[in-house]
Amino acid sequence: MNVSCTVNGRAQVAEGVWEGESLLYMLREHLGLYGSKNACEQGECGSCSVYLGGTLVCACLVLAGQAQGKEIITVEGLARGHGLHAVQDAFVEAGAVQCGFCTPGLVVATHDLLQRIPSPSDAQIREALAGNICRCTGYAKIIDAVNLAAGRSRS
Amino acid sequence: MEFLQPATWSEALAMKAAKPEAVPIAGGTDLMVEINLDHRRPATIIDLTHIKELTEWGMDDGRLRIGAGVTYARIIDELGDRLPGLAMASRTVGSPQIRNRGTVGGNLGTASPAGDAHPPLLATEAIVELASTKGTRQVAANEFFAGPKKNAMRADELIAAFLVEPARGPQQFSKVGTRNAMVIAVCSLALAVDPKRKHVGIGIGSAGPTPIRAAEAETFIQEVLEEHRLWERHVHCEPSALKQFGELVAAAAKPIDDVRGTADYRRHALAVLARRTFRWAWDDYRKSK
Repeated sequence: MNVSCTVNGRAQVAEGVWEGESLLYMLREHLGLYGSKNACEQGECGSCSVYLGGTLVCACLVLAGQAQGKEIITVEGLARGHGLHAVQDAFVEAGAVQCGFCTPGLVVATHDLLQRIPSPSDAQIREALAGNICRCTGYAKIIDAVNLAAGRSRS
Repeated sequence: MEFLQPATWSEALAMKAAKPEAVPIAGGTDLMVEINLDHRRPATIIDLTHIKELTEWGMDDGRLRIGAGVTYARIIDELGDRLPGLAMASRTVGSPQIRNRGTVGGNLGTASPAGDAHPPLLATEAIVELASTKGTRQVAANEFFAGPKKNAMRADELIAAFLVEPARGPQQFSKVGTRNAMVIAVCSLALAVDPKRKHVGIGIGSAGPTPIRAAEAETFIQEVLEEHRLWERHVHCEPSALKQFGELVAAAAKPIDDVRGTADYRRHALAVLARRTFRWAWDDYRKSK
């Protein structure tokens, strides 16, 4: 089947999508957007976090056909122009990136958190990022990065 | 594989009637795992996310009628004051990404003994509304769960909604797990205090082949509260009665040893959760006088 949707502001048609395919597979293998990572395929790790119709979701748990006519924003669509988004800058500066595999999902989840709660408490950060697993950093620097991004968007 | 996307509820029911083996999908947080990991290959999938009625809720003859497609995130945000027990349970479901997609209807459809929504639905005597082209029927939550991942639905039915009275008193939910997020319950317990009916409802999760209503423990604590006029006096009940209450809740469970915990641990933990959630709820009731 073909799936038409808007991805990062551009109208796209993914052709020849298998009916049992996830939105994640469609984004990566049909539309060439490799930012959203494929790891657990069961919603446990958060590496494939994207916006679907403005809501933060795990792309691996969305059936591709459910994205028909919907607006999707992936990690590739956060920054305007050639630079990085403020959340991405903060992750780099805080040293919140090691192997980098979890980073796209954490960046999208942080982006969502700061849209909802511009000045989150530590507890709110931990709750918001509880579904994004990082096996390198131990999370301290990730929380630093969220605080750094929040501080900058306030000023 | 065939992918069907009905635009209306009647269309969805007609599709399910024509293909009873078709599997419905809403948030996908259960079904997609099975498909991704190749544990299941349904011949037909019916996407219910375009059906507006399923995402709506409102009052219906004194009860809240909540569409099967209302997500956990919306239950927390929109119904937290009216259904505090279910909202507490919803906050323990997965992660924000899962709560944004997952629905109580999906939880009921999967009917896992560990489904987080089930204990509060049992404690509040919720009703599940099932629909088919032949009409709708209502099944008490207590009679809905038939076995591990088995429920009372016929093959031609879909879950339309669940009905539950807004809380008239304190409600609590407690869940044992290794983390505060992304955890399948080792065991869980929901408790609902209804001062008007002088009723205490108790639902147990993840400690038996189905979620379980602890009926004997409910009767026991109601008798204690009645006998000592605790509803009127607004005082605490005796520690010995509370201990016996915990033991009755533990005795209602039918746990097994599995990867998440042993049967003995689950029974012990349930007695603790029962005493603890009752104390929390009763404290709230005493302060509310």
